[in-house]
Amino acid sequence: MRHLLSISDLSKAEAISILETANELARVSDGAIKKLPTLRGRTIVNLFAEDSTRTRISFEAAAKRLSADVINFSAKGSSVSKGESLKDTAMTLQAMGADAVVIRHSASGAAQRLADSQWMSGSVINAGDGTHEHPSQALLDAFTIRKHLGLGKSDLEGLSVAIVGDVLHSRVARSNVLLLSKLGAKITLVAPPTLLPVGVESWPVSISYDLDSVISFVDVVMMLRVQQERMTEMYFPNAREYSRYFGLNSDRMKSMKTGAIVMHPGPMNRGLEISAEVADSARSVITEQVTNGVSVRMAILYVLLTGGALETGGN
Amino acid sequence: MSVALSAPDIKRALTRISHEILEKNQGGSSLVLLGIPTRGAHLAHRIASIMSEIEGTEIAYGTLDITLFRDDLRLRAPKAIMPTTIPSSGIHDRDVILVDDVLFSGRTIRSALDALGEIGRPRTVQLAALVDRGHRELPIKADFVGKNLPTSKSQSVRVLLSEIDGKDEVSIEGEAN
Repeated sequence: MRHLLSISDLSKAEAISILETANELARVSDGAIKKLPTLRGRTIVNLFAEDSTRTRISFEAAAKRLSADVINFSAKGSSVSKGESLKDTAMTLQAMGADAVVIRHSASGAAQRLADSQWMSGSVINAGDGTHEHPSQALLDAFTIRKHLGLGKSDLEGLSVAIVGDVLHSRVARSNVLLLSKLGAKITLVAPPTLLPVGVESWPVSISYDLDSVISFVDVVMMLRVQQERMTEMYFPNAREYSRYFGLNSDRMKSMKTGAIVMHPGPMNRGLEISAEVADSARSVITEQVTNGVSVRMAILYVLLTGGALETGGN
Repeated sequence: MSVALSAPDIKRALTRISHEILEKNQGGSSLVLLGIPTRGAHLAHRIASIMSEIEGTEIAYGTLDITLFRDDLRLRAPKAIMPTTIPSSGIHDRDVILVDDVLFSGRTIRSALDALGEIGRPRTVQLAALVDRGHRELPIKADFVGKNLPTSKSQSVRVLLSEIDGKDEVSIEGEAN
């Protein structure tokens, strides 16, 4: 495996092996060893053409714990804001000898374009492309679910997950639908019809417009951020109405199953899709998702950047 | 394929190694046995139980995975990472015995020394191997050896242990040349 562009490129076995690797890496860095020499001398570039806090910091922390050198590159304050194309940026990174590029871009398919081109020879890791995919987020969500509810099994067979909210604009939802269903979970999307994408009926999910009828039987409630910055039209009448029908508040949380968890990929709109009491409640695993993100991204870097030096011409 | 060590041979070798370790370290109180997965970990467990029987006290043991410390990670396909478990007593100021099944190039042991350095500072580090087959690429030597097996580089040494392979046996495969 050379790139991580989409969950659909991963087989179930590959996904499970990333999760297992992350598990061991988490134990190693929780315990005695804080820093591993595994990727010493390798250079990883964080190319972020769109704002991000946790994903960029998480990839940076992961790379540093494996002793790689990290170069952070954000669109603001770089030549990208002067109009440099993705191609010229990529060729610059190649000339600097980047072994991997972690790319976040507002255009769907940007990571794929970078990987398919001959612009650079390193690995490409998709850290979110437009409304398409965010595979490392889905892997860390699966890791978190498995840790809480996996009962020692390697997959998520028999669990049911509700993904609630702005599915239309959510790359997190797309990647999670692909990965969690691959791992055997049953998924229900809950959203107003206006926030479901065209073609959703062909996804391996069931669909509901009523959060109250779903919330009592699922093991995981994954709330999505309402992506106001991507909304060019009126998708719902107003925030209060959205919040009343599709927001998770403490009253709704009371009808959840014992042991069921609440997730959110962040950043949260407290008071809109999730209330502050829920976000800070005992059911919420939101900060744990962030912690697990580092281990999962270490596993991704380990799998992509070790081995294969011979195949790729020993660069 | 020729059998180099049978099950009783392995049992006798591990018993002798246990006595040698205890003799050299004046008992087991300062010892921490760390086996290198997969088979080294089982051997460390066995040696620790033999030593506990001899001494009448528990001997600290654990496992030390060295995958993330290898110097050939860029050349090989990624290997699964195995668990590392360090006894709660830690390794600081203890006599650490690294245990592995086969000592060959010495690179695994070099990686293990690096890994130990990240965990703490043992008083001494010693090495026990069930089989020493020669062909060292680094200046590393075992303190306790079950059996020295002269081999050619083209041969391979196969260690089977009952915990995972169903029986105990060491054999040499391939022709000497």
